[in-house]
Amino acid sequence: MLPVFLKTLIGSFFDLLPIAVVIGFFQFVVLEQPIPNLMEILIGSLFVLIGLTLFVQGLEMGLFPLGESLAFAFARKGSLLWLLLFAFALGFGTTVAEPALIAVANEAAKVAAEGLVIGATDQARAEYALGLRLTVALSVGFAIVIGVLRIVRGWPVQYLIIGGYLGVIVMTFFAPAEIIGIAYDSGGVTTSTMTVPLVTALGVGLASSIRGRNPMVDGFGLIAFASLTPMIFVMAYGMIG
Amino acid sequence: MEQKLLETLWGTVADVLPITIIIIGFQALVIRRPIANLERVGFGFVYVLVGLAFFLQGLEMALFPLGKLMAQQLTAPDFLAGLHPAGEAVNQLDWTRYGWVYVFALAIGFSTTIAEPSLLAVAMKAHQVSGGVIGVWGLRIAVAVGVAFGIALGSYRIITGMPLHWYIIVGYMIVLVQTLFAPRTIIPLAYDSGGVTTSTVTVPIVAALGLGLASTVPGRNPVFDGFGLIAFASVFPIITVLAYAQISAWWANKTQ
Repeated sequence: MLPVFLKTLIGSFFDLLPIAVVIGFFQFVVLEQPIPNLMEILIGSLFVLIGLTLFVQGLEMGLFPLGESLAFAFARKGSLLWLLLFAFALGFGTTVAEPALIAVANEAAKVAAEGLVIGATDQARAEYALGLRLTVALSVGFAIVIGVLRIVRGWPVQYLIIGGYLGVIVMTFFAPAEIIGIAYDSGGVTTSTMTVPLVTALGVGLASSIRGRNPMVDGFGLIAFASLTPMIFVMAYGMIG
Repeated sequence: MEQKLLETLWGTVADVLPITIIIIGFQALVIRRPIANLERVGFGFVYVLVGLAFFLQGLEMALFPLGKLMAQQLTAPDFLAGLHPAGEAVNQLDWTRYGWVYVFALAIGFSTTIAEPSLLAVAMKAHQVSGGVIGVWGLRIAVAVGVAFGIALGSYRIITGMPLHWYIIVGYMIVLVQTLFAPRTIIPLAYDSGGVTTSTVTVPIVAALGLGLASTVPGRNPVFDGFGLIAFASVFPIITVLAYAQISAWWANKTQ
C-alpha cells in the first residue's frame, strides 16, 4: 500500500511541477515581484499534491472498477432499455448540479439581460439561467444515450461526430450572436472531474463485454458526444428563447 | 482554513450526490447484484472525494489568486506601456504589443493541462486499453500542446477582435480532414480529449485571462469577448492528438 502511495505521490509531484515553474518564472522574471502570502501558497501546494495523489489512488480503486462493473452488469442483463435509461440518468444527473455549469449559466443570463434578450429583473435572469442548465443537462443525457447506443450497435464514431460538427456550424449562422460564445464554451464545461473517469470506464467496459467490439475503437467517444451536443442545444435555446 | 476545507468537501459531496443516488438506485432496483469488492470500491470513492476536496481547496489557496492576478497584470495597460520606451505612444490595438500575453497563454495552457485530473484519468485508461501503445505522458503532452496553442490563438483573436466562429469552423475543418487519414483506433480517443482538457485547473485561470484581455483592449466588451477561450482549448487538442497518432504511425512505417 505505502510504496504505491509513494509512487503516486512522486507522479503527482511531476504533474504539478510545470505550473510551479510557469508561475515562478512569470512572477520573478517577467513581473519582477515577490510571492505574496508565501505560507498560504506552500500549504495550498501541499493540499493540491495530496489531493491529486488521493484522487489517482481512488480512481484505480473505486471509480474505474465501479464504471466497469456497471457496464458488465448491464451487458449481462441484456436489456437495452434499462441501459439507455441509466445512460440518460447518468448524463443528466451529473450535469445539472455541475458547479462550472451553474457559473456559466449565471454569466450567460447577465449577457442576455445586457443584450436585452430578456428583462433585466432577477427573476428573468434566474429563469433564463435555470432554463439553460436544464437544456445543457438534457443535451448531455441525450449525448450519453446516443454514445452508448453507438457502442452497442458498433456505429463508427466519426460520422456521428462530424455530422454533429456540421450541425454546430450550420446553427452558428442562425443563432443570435451573443449566445455563440457561451454555447461553444458550454461544451467544454459539462464534463467534470468525477464524470469523466466514470463515463470512460463505462464505455470501455461496455465495449469489452459486447462481442465484436474493440475497447479502443468503440469504448472511447462518450465524452466527445457530451461536449458536442450542449453547443447545438444551447444555440437552439438561444434561438427559441 | 479547516472550515474552508470542510466547505469544499461538502461542496464536492453535494456535487457527487446525484451520481451516487443514480448508481445506488440502479444497482439496487435494476441490477440487483452486489458490487464486487464493495469495500475497496467504497474506499476508492471516499479517496476520490477527499482528494478532490484537498485539490480544489489547494488550488483556491495556491494557484488561483496568483494565476488570476498574473493574468490581470500581464494584460494591464501599465505593464504593456512599461515594455516600451517612454514617450512612445502605445497603440493598444497593435497585436505585437502583447508578446508576454502569448507566452503566458502558451505556458499556462500547457502546464494546467498536464495537471488536469480528468485528462490523467483518460490517459491512464487509454494506456491500459491500448496495451501500453499509447503512453500516459505522450497523450497528455499532445493534448497540452493543443491547449497551449489554442489559448494563445484565442488570445490573439480577442486582441484583434475577429469573429470566434471562423476560427472554430476552420478548426473543425482541419479535424475533418485529419479524420480521413488518421489511424482508426485513435479517432474516438482524440475526440474525447477535446472535452476533458478544460476542467478544474484550466478554466478559472483561462477565464481570468480572457476577461483581462477583453477589458484592456479598446473596443472589446468583456461580456461578449471574454467567452470563447475554452472553445479554442477544446478544438485544438483534437488536432494535436490526431497529428500525434499520424506522426507515430508514419514514423513506425518509416523505421520498419
